[in-house]
Amino acid sequence: MLSLYLAIPLAPLVGSIVSGLFRRAVGRAGAHWVTIVGVALATVLSGVVFWHTVVLGAAPFNASVYTWALSGGLRFEVGFLVDSLSASMILVVSFVSLMVHIYTIGYMREDPGYQRFFSYISLFTFAMLMLVMSNNFLQLFFGWEAVGLASYLLIGFWYERETAIAANLKAFLVNRAGDFGFLLGIAAVLAHFGSLDYGEVFAAAPGLKDVTVQVLPGVEWSLMTLVGILLFVGAMGKSAQVPLHVWLPDSMEGPTPISALIHAATMVTAGIFMVARMSPIYELSDTALSFVLVIGAVTAFFMGLVGLVQNDIKRVVAYSTLSQLGYMTVALGASAYAAGVFHLVTHAFFKALLFLAAGSVIIAMHHEQDIRRMGGIRRHMPVTYWTSLVGSLALIGFPGFSGFFSKDAILEAVHHSQRPGAGFAYLALVAGVYVTALYTFRMFFLVFHGRPRMDPHTLEHLHEGPAVITVPLIGLAIPSMLAGAVLVGPMLFGDYFRDAIRVLPANDVLAEWGGHYSGVLGFVAHGLSAPPVWLAMAGVVTAWYLYLARPDLPERLHGALRPLHSLLEKGYGFDAFYRRVLAGGARALGGVLWRLGDQRVIDGWLVNGSARTAGLLSGLVRRIQTGYLYQYAFAMIAGLVALLGWFVRG
Amino acid sequence: MSDATVLNLVLYLPVLGALALPAIPVRREDLTRALALAVMGLQFLLTAYLYARFDPAVAGLQFETRLPWIPSWGVSYQIGLDGFNVLLVLLTAFLGPLVVAGAFTAIRKDVKLFHAMVLLLQFTMLGTFLAQDLFLFYLFWEAMLIPMFLIIGVWGGERRVYATVKFVLYTAFGSILMLGAVIYLAYAAHAGSGVSSFAFADLYRTTLPVPAQTVLLAAFALSFAIKVPMVPFHTWLPDAHVEAPTAGSVILAGVLLKMGTYGFLKLGFPLFPDATRLFTPAIMTLSVVSILYGAGLALVQTDIKRVIAYSSISHLGYVMLGLVSADLLGIQGAILQMVSHGLTAGGLFLLVGMIYERCHTRELAAYGGLARILPVYSVFFMILTLAAIGLPTTSGFTGEFLVLLGAFSAAWQQYELGAVQPLALSGAAVLGVVLGALYMLRLAGRLLFGEARVPHQPVVDLALREKLVLGAIVAGVFALGLYPQEPLRKSELAARQYQELLARGVGAGGPARAPEARPPRPAGQTAGKTP
Repeated sequence: MLSLYLAIPLAPLVGSIVSGLFRRAVGRAGAHWVTIVGVALATVLSGVVFWHTVVLGAAPFNASVYTWALSGGLRFEVGFLVDSLSASMILVVSFVSLMVHIYTIGYMREDPGYQRFFSYISLFTFAMLMLVMSNNFLQLFFGWEAVGLASYLLIGFWYERETAIAANLKAFLVNRAGDFGFLLGIAAVLAHFGSLDYGEVFAAAPGLKDVTVQVLPGVEWSLMTLVGILLFVGAMGKSAQVPLHVWLPDSMEGPTPISALIHAATMVTAGIFMVARMSPIYELSDTALSFVLVIGAVTAFFMGLVGLVQNDIKRVVAYSTLSQLGYMTVALGASAYAAGVFHLVTHAFFKALLFLAAGSVIIAMHHEQDIRRMGGIRRHMPVTYWTSLVGSLALIGFPGFSGFFSKDAILEAVHHSQRPGAGFAYLALVAGVYVTALYTFRMFFLVFHGRPRMDPHTLEHLHEGPAVITVPLIGLAIPSMLAGAVLVGPMLFGDYFRDAIRVLPANDVLAEWGGHYSGVLGFVAHGLSAPPVWLAMAGVVTAWYLYLARPDLPERLHGALRPLHSLLEKGYGFDAFYRRVLAGGARALGGVLWRLGDQRVIDGWLVNGSARTAGLLSGLVRRIQTGYLYQYAFAMIAGLVALLGWFVRG
Repeated sequence: MSDATVLNLVLYLPVLGALALPAIPVRREDLTRALALAVMGLQFLLTAYLYARFDPAVAGLQFETRLPWIPSWGVSYQIGLDGFNVLLVLLTAFLGPLVVAGAFTAIRKDVKLFHAMVLLLQFTMLGTFLAQDLFLFYLFWEAMLIPMFLIIGVWGGERRVYATVKFVLYTAFGSILMLGAVIYLAYAAHAGSGVSSFAFADLYRTTLPVPAQTVLLAAFALSFAIKVPMVPFHTWLPDAHVEAPTAGSVILAGVLLKMGTYGFLKLGFPLFPDATRLFTPAIMTLSVVSILYGAGLALVQTDIKRVIAYSSISHLGYVMLGLVSADLLGIQGAILQMVSHGLTAGGLFLLVGMIYERCHTRELAAYGGLARILPVYSVFFMILTLAAIGLPTTSGFTGEFLVLLGAFSAAWQQYELGAVQPLALSGAAVLGVVLGALYMLRLAGRLLFGEARVPHQPVVDLALREKLVLGAIVAGVFALGLYPQEPLRKSELAARQYQELLARGVGAGGPARAPEARPPRPAGQTAGKTP
């Protein structure tokens, strides 16, 4: 089995290396073939592993492959832990990646950096697979940084655009800020557990749950709280949770395929995956989970609101991603890890679909991204239209579509949770359902319905993309529709995850609720009787009324709600704050240190000062060297007399 | 030929090369370069052979030569390889040919003298690492100054005189203090044991009273801290770097700075364990200040070379942090970080040199979008930038990650004993990782990305020679990042010896920190699966 597991990440890596280093030799077609074959192989093998591990229920595989370093008694290794959690992740990652690879053939057709792009996205796939298959913290961090690198390279793919390079720097730095916490967390784990292996750390965690650490004078935290929160800071960077969310909207500067793959379906869910993987640690700290819960709720609601005022089609979807990541985070905070991962999976399908559909529209519109200049595209692009509709319905949680099941599971879990902050989170999420439906269908109606608002030339040339564009759309639309219904029973209430996710009985909200579970239809019926579904419907109706029935209303509303609108447009001022206070502050401080510390104090006073002093002294000494013989003679005699006197006295 | 002879050959090859240079006609600059390259290349091959033969299971010196030199003072000619110096010797020998090859087109003036100086510098640097006798060590240490002084002073930039004077003033100041300390130390050792010896092994065995240790460590530490350099003894470095020719910068960053940290590792801390314990909080603070201060200043520089110069201060701060942690991981990480910094900073300075040769300016603002104009150059620049940031699979990650883990392991232990400062400082050190990304990516971003522009048209991408030089460095960077196991093994016993030396001392109550600076756990339990 080991060689099979190894082949899964290595196949995309080989593709990446070949298309990257030998781009001239393989040419454009060679580059996409070699990477697509690599990723397709990974997908097929992931399917085999999924079947074996999840469906047939084989025992988890846990073994190391390579010893990276050995120091003292410590081993740093590369190894795989394949259980239901990682088996599900690799299947989702490689499948979405495959769809995106195929789509890229169409989307990047005219780009001069064609081979480079394929090389990067395959590299990303490799890194992401290594991350989710890891059985230890070291490799987790490896993957964590490597996906960040791929993201950096791809956001800045069009490196001659100033906005793109500003965005990729920002993404890297914000993620680094998260890594600050992540590294501290890993260091704390190593210091207290003496190991970086998941198995050993998780086994030892219950024994250390009473260890406390004084984080500030007078503030005692349990070790698990500290570790949990530090690791979660890393997740906040990678999964773009408030206040480390600012990089994700800007990351839309990258080509659309990577927005789908990296900034919607896979990389940004690494934080969610990580917390689920660490459930044995998080379960031991209510405080850490409350923190997770509240951060997630804030992100889910407030970022959704910002999505309402965006006019760039990709930025709408990006804010939606932020909000949905918030939903997943809330699930984790409520100890409903399974629900979080469930939403992660369904979201990966429908959000990748929405991004790729947006990309399809963008190409047809000749790289126009402003939804105010679209409209009526439905007739010209039927495949894109229908798949977008599927994606949108899944996103808002329309009964029967995949997002319905996963979102409802999260809402129910939070509703049942007794954890501090759960009440607030429930309200935020329920209100978020309305907001989600509103911004989703605002975009949908503005793009596909109504009267065309583009220039006649563009309108004339509107047409559906080639098969390499439409096939991935359909490929993603199918699971966006069905994944929820298929997975809801086993994932939430069955023994899907077995030991991969551990929940203390007292925290197990899903089990509590699962007693009432009576099949998919019962779930749907239950959903129809609860407010969220009707809120979503209300959102759709509102969007229809505002943007199709009475298109004059938004303008007037905008005027009436100007302060709120501008607050949302500025994204609550996070960007301005970071730019002015943190980035500006660091630069100013560096400048002051340089001019004052290095140039004035050290060089000015100490170094050049001592040089000046030496100069002065030698000037004095030079005065003595007059060159007049009589003065020297006099000095010698005086010295002699003094010496003699000293001897005589002694 | 015995291995000890080979080691001597490695040491003296550059001298032989320098002596052969006058035989070459002045006009034949190509022959001069070829000879220097051949000598350096051979030296590297022999060193690589010795490295392969170096047995990690043997504690102490290997391939040792010990001859009496000045018997009445107890001075002997003693050189050898051990876990402390083996990686640094390899690094020095590795960079040697690259420095020569990198300067093929850059140096047009006094070619012979230049190569003679580079070869002599190589000799003195290797001597400093190899010396196992304090007297010999001091001789090499001082002799190193002369060729470096000339390299900056003769082939340097416009303000080279200021830079050399500053460089010499700083280092000479440190050297004087060290000379005094060396004499006092030998005297005290003689008074204590009755044996006159400058051999490190003998000096390790003597324990001085704490006040004497304090004074001596202060003198050694100042001298070493200037070389590292640690804030606030660092201002010579940016000036020296900016004015030095590329070859000088590469040697300076690649090898010379490691003299300071090596001095702490081999001499400063192990010789004076009690004083070290006393100074640890101060040195640790200065290390972290160096990390953050260097990073902060790198952020605001407009000269490309200055950015990298300040980044060196920051990166060597990690080395010091690892050394004072006295944790096995931290020490080994520090040793690897020294090698890694040698590769990345050396490589980056080579890259700056290459663009300077083409465009004659180092002003960051003059460049943009090199990824379009010089794609191969840009790939190398990006790889080394990422290595400097410490991205996994590169050498920078290995060094930084191990140092930080080691520092934290030690800090958490002390925290449990009631000391908060180490933990707070280690936490602050991680901030350097964030700042590091900021200044390096700012540099790379402005240089490589954005609208394409260069101050001098047309520019051509890297020649084969340049690709080979950089390719070798990148190979080293990945080797240390992907396969650090071998170098770690070769330095492990030395790191343990360092811990033992630190743990001895006259301080009542024994060591403040046990050599095994990690919580006791059952034998065989490991960070990974036990095989």
